[in-house]
Amino acid sequence: MTSSKTVQTDIPRHEDIVDERLVRWFFYASLVYMGISMLGGLLMAAQLVHWYPIQNIEFLSAGRWRMIHTNAVAYGFIANAFLGMLHWVVPRLTLHRVASVWLSYFIFFAWQVIVLSTAGGIIFGPAFQSQDWVMEAARNLHISMNLGAQGLEWGETPFWIDPVALLGLALVAFNFLVPISKAKGSLYVTLWYFMAAFVWTFLTYAMGNFLPEYALAGSSAGAVGGLFIHDLVGLFVTPLGWGLMYYLVPIILKKPIWSHGLSLVGFWGLAFFYPLQGIHHFLYTPIPMFLQYGAVISTIAVEFVVATVVINFFGTIWGDSRMAFKNLPIRWFYTGIVYYFITCFQCALQVTLTFQKLIHFTDWVVGHAHLVMFGVFSQWIFGMMTYLIPRLLKKDWYSNRLCEWHYWCSAVGVFVMFLDLTLAGLFQGYYWAALQPWEVGLNGSQPFWITRIFAGLAMFFGFLCFVYNLVMTMRKGESNATATATA
Amino acid sequence: MLESRAGVIFVGGIGFFLFAFVSNVVVPVLMYKDQPEKTAEEMVNSNVMYQFVELSKRYEEPFRQAFGEPTEENCAQALRLGRSLFVGEGCFHCHSQFVRPVSNESMRYGKVSSSDEYQNELQRPVLFGTRRVGPDLSRQGGRHGNDWHAAHFYHPQSIVPESVMPQYPWFFDGSPDKPNRRGIAMMTYMQWLGSWLDSYPYYEELDSIKSEGF
Repeated sequence: MTSSKTVQTDIPRHEDIVDERLVRWFFYASLVYMGISMLGGLLMAAQLVHWYPIQNIEFLSAGRWRMIHTNAVAYGFIANAFLGMLHWVVPRLTLHRVASVWLSYFIFFAWQVIVLSTAGGIIFGPAFQSQDWVMEAARNLHISMNLGAQGLEWGETPFWIDPVALLGLALVAFNFLVPISKAKGSLYVTLWYFMAAFVWTFLTYAMGNFLPEYALAGSSAGAVGGLFIHDLVGLFVTPLGWGLMYYLVPIILKKPIWSHGLSLVGFWGLAFFYPLQGIHHFLYTPIPMFLQYGAVISTIAVEFVVATVVINFFGTIWGDSRMAFKNLPIRWFYTGIVYYFITCFQCALQVTLTFQKLIHFTDWVVGHAHLVMFGVFSQWIFGMMTYLIPRLLKKDWYSNRLCEWHYWCSAVGVFVMFLDLTLAGLFQGYYWAALQPWEVGLNGSQPFWITRIFAGLAMFFGFLCFVYNLVMTMRKGESNATATATA
Repeated sequence: MLESRAGVIFVGGIGFFLFAFVSNVVVPVLMYKDQPEKTAEEMVNSNVMYQFVELSKRYEEPFRQAFGEPTEENCAQALRLGRSLFVGEGCFHCHSQFVRPVSNESMRYGKVSSSDEYQNELQRPVLFGTRRVGPDLSRQGGRHGNDWHAAHFYHPQSIVPESVMPQYPWFFDGSPDKPNRRGIAMMTYMQWLGSWLDSYPYYEELDSIKSEGF
């Protein structure tokens, strides 16, 4: 934090190194994609309970919007929000501007083009798939010429966008690694996570979006696919998310992280064990069994690492636990940390072959994914926005009560969804193992799917409260003195 | 090393990633290097050709407009398009394509999947799938007739009222007896799944097989 009274001459002023407009733009863009993604999710949820009325319009097909749902969250919401946060955090930690502000603006527009073309490709691509020239090219090149989505979960990005996105990731890494390289003295934990994340995200994207599509086939491509699905969460979202936690939690609590040693254990444990686990997404496949065992063991190992990180954060708030009730951003963060522990604990169980037998392919996994992506990372991002937007707009929130509504609808909604889908998964697993006709499993899932759509609506309602609150805050007239004084 | 830039970037970032890449990617690639990847043309077999010809007779005029003659070459083209649509419509998010050796799956679907089944162009990237809202499809070929598939793609709930599958009227020119190029390609792809196995069932024979209790 820049303390205004005792500024030394060699510390640059906040205004000179942080481009706040850019942070705001990234936040606004991320919120737009969150809205789109939630609509896509609701659409698919409505399809499952027979409530989706628009069946005849190709471009509103639930199957395609299901992919918009996941891609808009990963590449639209989370990536944009993290880029916004990085433009705030990296200059303040390194005391240097990003490599080029011009480049930052270029990245902003380029990234929106990438996300929007991905969405456009997924929605409109299949309509052109049966054109003669596409089929000819597929025959001659022996590759799947998918104008729309590609056949890899989270890697649906159409093939003509992949190289552009990869270039964009390289520019992002360059833009932030330059100020990090200029920073003097030892680096704070946050910057370890960021540096590793820049390298990993680039490598992961390159691996997942090119190898299985062009170079590999069969089971070994499945191994790459599993690794990609896993690394995207583990090596892009997770390190950036934890890096931001290590930065924001001590600042808001006004005290250092409890244990530097545990930070080291957490970072290096994650770096070593996390990339080894990809194959656990495809247990009991024809991928060699000893590789599956390896993935299971390293997954269980990483849960111990996660425990050290969570302990470190609870050690930090020890003695100040009232902050988790009084301070909304801290409450968002610690709710996310508790949910993170739950997902990781759940993961250590569900990754075993015993559990996989029953719950693989069921809604159990869907519940797990929602608890990670929404319950942890999206909630952290909402907390960051709740904390930062008053500082960016130099005004207090229009309504603290709406902020509370946002929190409670999201935190309760996603947890209900998680419990509901976990239970649904158990039922589905037993229906299938008992060789019940398929329709029996579908009918048995309906109560859970109906509960799920209401949990989703609650989360969507919370999000609408937040957006309305944001718009009203922006439109609010004079700046409020209390907000700027505590910034 | 543990807190330095070089340590984090080169050991943690690149080094550990490469270690995982070698153990999780290079090892399986080396293990399967003796199984060459087959092209779509090589994956056309007599079972799927039977269905392809059946489609050309059942939907004579739409078929001629879409693929011309029911040759093996055109069948390979239909399979490529069918696979692209299976991916593009997001089918693979609700239908897996592998039978596990657990949870009684071989009793429901048939033979447990093996790696040789996936070494071909139509499994690049491989479509194992991660969720089964609908049943696994890797043994789907031959279980239903083409007329069943046409009606089912057009309006799944007209055949299975409980089904939560979206309707795909854009695979047809107005009615289920007029499939367009996309519709015929999808049906060919469905009939192809599992067609490389000796146990490929023909819809007409399925009832008799069932009554014999296979």
